[in-house]
Amino acid sequence: MLAAGTESLLRQAREVGAVELGRFCARISALLQAEDWGPDTLDALRRLFLIVAATKYSRRLEPTCVALLQTTLCSPRCPERLQLLCAAVLREMAPSNSLSLSCDHAQSSRQLGLVASVLLAQGDPQQVRTVGQCVVKVLESRQSEGPSLTHLLPVVSKVASLAPDALPEEQTKALSKRLGDWLRYASVQQGAAHASGGFFSTPRARQPGPVTEMDGSVATDFFTVLSTGQHFTEDQRLNVQAFSMLRAWLLQGGPERLGATDADDRSELEGSTVSVLSAASTASHLLPPAEWLREKALEYCQRLLEQSGRRALRKADSDLQKACLVEAVLVLDVLCRQDPSFLYRALPSLRALRTRLCGDPACARVLLPVAQFFLHHGEAAAVDADAVCQHLFTRIPSEHFHSPMLGFEFVQFCRDHLLLFGSNLDLLRTSFPNLFKFLAWSSPALTSEFVALLPALVDAGTAVEMLHLLLDLPSLTAALELQLRSLQAASERPLWDASVRAPGCLEALRDPQAQGLFQHLLRAKASGTVERLTPLHQLLQPLASCARVLQCAQAVPTLLRAFFAAVTQFADGALASQLALLLLERSDSLFPVEGYEADVHRVLSSQFPGLCRLHPPLVVERAKELLEFVGSLGGPRSTGHMLTSVVWAIGEYLSVSWDRRCTAEQINRFFEVLEALLFEVTQSRPSATLPKCPPQVITVLMTTLTKLASRSQDLIPRVSLLLSKMRTLAQSPAVGPVHSEDDLGAVRTRATELLNLLKMPSVAQFVLTPSMEVSQPRYHRDCNTALPLALDMVSRLLEREAGLLPG
Amino acid sequence: MVHAFLIHTLRAAKAEEGLCRVLYSCFFGAENSPNDPQPHGAERDRLLRKEQILAVARQVESMFQLQQQACGRHAVDLQPQSSDDPVALHEAPCGVFRLAPGDPFQEPRIVVWLGVLSIGFALVLDTHENLLLVESTLRLLARLLLDHLRLLVPGGANLLLRADLVEGILTRFLPHGQLLFLNDQFVQGLEKEFSAAWSH
Repeated sequence: MLAAGTESLLRQAREVGAVELGRFCARISALLQAEDWGPDTLDALRRLFLIVAATKYSRRLEPTCVALLQTTLCSPRCPERLQLLCAAVLREMAPSNSLSLSCDHAQSSRQLGLVASVLLAQGDPQQVRTVGQCVVKVLESRQSEGPSLTHLLPVVSKVASLAPDALPEEQTKALSKRLGDWLRYASVQQGAAHASGGFFSTPRARQPGPVTEMDGSVATDFFTVLSTGQHFTEDQRLNVQAFSMLRAWLLQGGPERLGATDADDRSELEGSTVSVLSAASTASHLLPPAEWLREKALEYCQRLLEQSGRRALRKADSDLQKACLVEAVLVLDVLCRQDPSFLYRALPSLRALRTRLCGDPACARVLLPVAQFFLHHGEAAAVDADAVCQHLFTRIPSEHFHSPMLGFEFVQFCRDHLLLFGSNLDLLRTSFPNLFKFLAWSSPALTSEFVALLPALVDAGTAVEMLHLLLDLPSLTAALELQLRSLQAASERPLWDASVRAPGCLEALRDPQAQGLFQHLLRAKASGTVERLTPLHQLLQPLASCARVLQCAQAVPTLLRAFFAAVTQFADGALASQLALLLLERSDSLFPVEGYEADVHRVLSSQFPGLCRLHPPLVVERAKELLEFVGSLGGPRSTGHMLTSVVWAIGEYLSVSWDRRCTAEQINRFFEVLEALLFEVTQSRPSATLPKCPPQVITVLMTTLTKLASRSQDLIPRVSLLLSKMRTLAQSPAVGPVHSEDDLGAVRTRATELLNLLKMPSVAQFVLTPSMEVSQPRYHRDCNTALPLALDMVSRLLEREAGLLPG
Repeated sequence: MVHAFLIHTLRAAKAEEGLCRVLYSCFFGAENSPNDPQPHGAERDRLLRKEQILAVARQVESMFQLQQQACGRHAVDLQPQSSDDPVALHEAPCGVFRLAPGDPFQEPRIVVWLGVLSIGFALVLDTHENLLLVESTLRLLARLLLDHLRLLVPGGANLLLRADLVEGILTRFLPHGQLLFLNDQFVQGLEKEFSAAWSH
């Protein structure tokens, strides 16, 4: 519908040449000069806007045209539509050096608003200040309330956000006072309808009635954004705008120190839970402007809290109630931080709110600012903070994981308040299975958020369980899909992927063992136990082709890297050993999603050496499991990255210098297994099921075997034989078509290098099993121990030897 | 604070032809890179802004596509049944994501987006805003724009040549990027005023 026409229009707009544009500008200039406000001008200006906006490169408009656009913008008689277009064109050209527009040219506050939008878009801080000062001056001078002010308040708010110091303090104070008035003292009568006009119309005899609440009843107190009626008066509009800009305005005002005179007023109000209509407000007339605003803001927010409990008649209004609740709580938070004496007045309403919200599943998102409030004022509200965190971490994610907006806000909340959680941080950490549900469901949007949060969640006690869950994340996604299918009523629009059928999955879940594993996967807290989920993988297999599961599987490698980056910061030897074992165990029991196993293997294989480096003795500690792992490989698995990584680690760390418990017997056993593996991978013919063995596998096996032989020297003859066999194999024409010449060359070269090394066993040991001092610079500078010099000597000796030998 | 509003095309799947095109964009106050040692020309700054907006639009498109894929909805759903069908806006896909500092704006920002038919609406904001309000504002803007585009020019309108309409709606419902707490009656009142002003 949109595509074809859009493309061609954009292309046409971009292809308008300079000459044609010049002619067009001349035409527009003529129209504007003649003050022709008809449809021709409208059409021309629309086209001009498109021409300027369609390209990212600047368009040069004739200076007369630009000047006329600026005058039209400030012309008293020009209709709004055309002025909007003039402003839009000027703004699209921003930043522009040829603008002579200034706030003084504007004739009405509406025009001033338009001029301000053009000037603010220039990106010049000085302009921002000028606009701010101009607008504030106008606000001050026009004491009569009129439609004028509603155009200007948003400009003030924008200027204050862009340049907080742009507005002079005196005017800021004056505006604060007026904002307080608008918030609290807006009319409670509905506005009058505009006169319908006409000769025969009868004048309205009836006065408009009072404003109503959202549930239709007559308003019980002062006007707020949650009060409604047929028509609205000007001060009611200002009320809406004042509340909309309130939080930003309070934050820019900054905390002000309480004066001594205010303390007396405070003591009257402190500790009281009087209603907003109490006489206490009369005392506040004496307050300075900032205090006045805060006082009125407090009353307003408490009224909003009360109003939001009513059942709105319209759906749009009930959405607004939630948004107002959030804003009210956020404003109360700011107020209590700026003036701690407000805390005792606000706390009771917030406590009541917390109780109400915890029981209402539709208000999960509103709970987050409430929790933030309690955390910010922890000393007074420690119990509430604990209760709400408990509810948040243990209940909300399992019920609302499918809402991406809530997921985002939840994670942001966790990141922002890590330092404030106190004892709740442990609760957060142990609730990671619940948190991961958000991630499993909406991985594209939340992966980067979780990567940032992960370092705070990873803990020595839960690291192993967390790694298992990360590897199981796609199956968690599938399980959540299945859970939704089983729970959701048939009539509702499905939240799950309706294009993937999963026949039999739900019935298969009735099996008690499957049910147990399913519940374990969907647990809310870290259980401390690890369950083998392989039976569940089979059950969930039909869902493995879900797009959501695939997206999650693609996100896992990033998360794994973040996890390992965090865990290696604090892991001790025992944990490193456990994690290494986990990598070996899990490498073949992953949920069968397309491409998942390969991606995970790539990450795990790059992390395994890191773990070994952290705690080298783990290779000896886990010798038995490593032997099993290597022995079970071969055949279709032998091309994996995991193999390369593990074999390298064995070669590197299986020696007495890293762990005294290493025995010659262990070395011999490893040797035998690796030798057998090497024969298997090189002898087997590649076929459809057996992928070609990459040369890295062969070379790493050869190198590791040589390393082991250098430590247990009676193995040297065997290894030399093996290496010469490899070299011959790599030269034979039979393997030609399978492996490339480069690969074979690499294998040949490595075999030769290793053979040469083995001719001098003590040198081999020195090179292949360096002691730990190798990492120190002295080792390389000292000409008696430096490795390059030693190797150089070896090769020269060998050359001489070769020269002496016949053949 | 709301930094920008944009409207752009949305393709249902990556494989579809065409590129992501920005149909309308508006910066509410802007800042040129103040800490840059080299003075940039005005043209370069404008170029940068345009490219930033395009980068946001592309990211929104890919988030939209991923979300649609994950829900199992395909291109078919994007075609309107008939131009009279009220668009089910409360069910339209929406989402939020973060923009890291430097990519593409200097400061970290958040984007909230909404996808209706084959058009995307997005707001670029500071990191700590009232997202419930942002979401409902976005839905409101989308509804107003779609309603008025259809009403004024029956039989398929083109957003590109109706900038005055977009501007008119933004001036009333998101003035200078100020998010407003508008209840339903209030919106109706403002909408009536807008229709009256636009019908001359």
